[in-house]
Amino acid sequence: MGFSEREHGFIVTARPEEEIASRGYTFSELMVAAAAREIGDGELVFVGMRLPMLAFLVARRTHAPRAVGLFENGVVRETPSLELLYTMGDPPNLLHATQCGQMLDVMSLLQQGRVNVGFLGAAEVDRFGNLNTTWGHRNKEMQRLPGSGGACDIACLARRTVVLLAHERGRLTERVGHITSPGYGSGNGWRRAQGLPANSGPSAVITTLGVIRFGDDGEAFLASVHPGVSVEEVLANTGWTLRVADDLVETPAPRDEALAVMRELDPNHFWTR
Amino acid sequence: MAESKLMTMRDAIARHVPSGSMVLLGAQLEQMIPFAAGHELIRQGRRDLTVVGPISDILFDQMIGAGCVSRVMAAWVGNVSAGVGYCFRRAVEHAVPRKIEVVDYSNFTMALALHAAALGVPFLPTYATLGSDFLKKNGNLREFSSPVSEERLVAVRALRPDVAILHVQRADAQGNAHIWGSLGVAVDGARAARKIIIVAEEIAEPGVISSDPNRTLVPGFLVEAVVHEPGGAHPSPVQGYYGRDHAFFAQYHEQTRRVEDFEDWLARWVVHVSDRGEYLKQVGAERMQSLGVKEHAYTAPADFGY
Repeated sequence: MGFSEREHGFIVTARPEEEIASRGYTFSELMVAAAAREIGDGELVFVGMRLPMLAFLVARRTHAPRAVGLFENGVVRETPSLELLYTMGDPPNLLHATQCGQMLDVMSLLQQGRVNVGFLGAAEVDRFGNLNTTWGHRNKEMQRLPGSGGACDIACLARRTVVLLAHERGRLTERVGHITSPGYGSGNGWRRAQGLPANSGPSAVITTLGVIRFGDDGEAFLASVHPGVSVEEVLANTGWTLRVADDLVETPAPRDEALAVMRELDPNHFWTR
Repeated sequence: MAESKLMTMRDAIARHVPSGSMVLLGAQLEQMIPFAAGHELIRQGRRDLTVVGPISDILFDQMIGAGCVSRVMAAWVGNVSAGVGYCFRRAVEHAVPRKIEVVDYSNFTMALALHAAALGVPFLPTYATLGSDFLKKNGNLREFSSPVSEERLVAVRALRPDVAILHVQRADAQGNAHIWGSLGVAVDGARAARKIIIVAEEIAEPGVISSDPNRTLVPGFLVEAVVHEPGGAHPSPVQGYYGRDHAFFAQYHEQTRRVEDFEDWLARWVVHVSDRGEYLKQVGAERMQSLGVKEHAYTAPADFGY
């Protein structure tokens, strides 16, 4: 929202201590490491809060030391803030920023096609990577969610978007009820037909069970499963018949240097529960 | 020297923001949200306001819950660190305390709507929101064919608020205002609005403001009223003055789940409080002090000499 700061609910797995004891890391840490790998060196990144923020910092401290972070309030930042952030407007996020500009200053970079990757959260994502953060439903009752923030802008204009969300059948749905942020619409060629920029669109959906990517036809497929997760489990928790890659792999475990950065920045597992 | 525009929050709201107004609040996103002004609007019983802002970190929720709002034009309404805004949900889903119209924007299209008004043109084009359901629901976002290229674009209609209420770090008595840190849509919002109310942490001598004119993001000749209101943005942060009161946002979330609980919250923090001074007494000096600047970080001076 972004964004993910204002996404629909936290991503919560089990108790971090138990997870670390049994596996060496939490699933949230695995997701952060996977998200960090989506950032290339020197890239401009619409960051967001929570897990994507950590992912950006991990990327900068490991394989992408020249990545630049952008925030919708106009802040451009290359170094980690000195304190844990609750919002992008927290004073530590502004101190020693690269630039404190206006919203249009960062949105102009986005619309020019200069932003390589943007991170988004969502209440719902569908088969073609369309996102809904406007209307949810529980027991057939419609629930009004906070809305887009900048998510729609990022989904329309960033070269790649990466979505992080908890893998639940109700959230990975055949067709979102409301397109807050367009993915590949109804498939092949849809984005261009709408007038959206060439070379833009969803690149990955990183969930609590695996990583989903998109084919040339715009439809999602399961690209990797997290360690200890079965394909059947992923399919049972997905609201459509998810295609599975022929070369399906296991999501790589976070490397020690990535975990060290996460735990230095988030020692109490505030984000990586 | 020009006449001072300094006045109390009560007078500024009474004179410049009648019921039915379109009011821009929260232009700097999570920073410098004019809570003191919003609370005064509630106390003075404003009705049928259209509230405008990119995101709104619980202030719109409070004004909606208090029944002041008939229309929301925003990209995001809720509680940034805690999640949804319960009053917003109750109003949209159950018309409690009253029905509201929601005109959904994205952040960029909201910024462009204000920028168009600031430029004095009827619309500005963008690729943002193409393919989204915004185009089906918000009549201020219209697809069109570019007259200079073979492309479809979205025309974002100019949005001209009746009043922009901006919380700033410091201003002089004429309303020349310095803002630094999180700018968001403050500059466009100020130029777009018919009137501006400046709410300042500090009132500075004119020479202080004119010493650094690049930081003067709102010129005083556009300003109707200047309110000196230290702590007026609490619980949101003001760079260089105080931090964000995260616990207050979490407590608001917990204490407004049910409508009765919200009524109690509103009575305690707004209705039974006469002004910002009394509100801050209730917050407590110790809590405000704990939010204060721990380590000053002054900018390097810039030489304007010749």
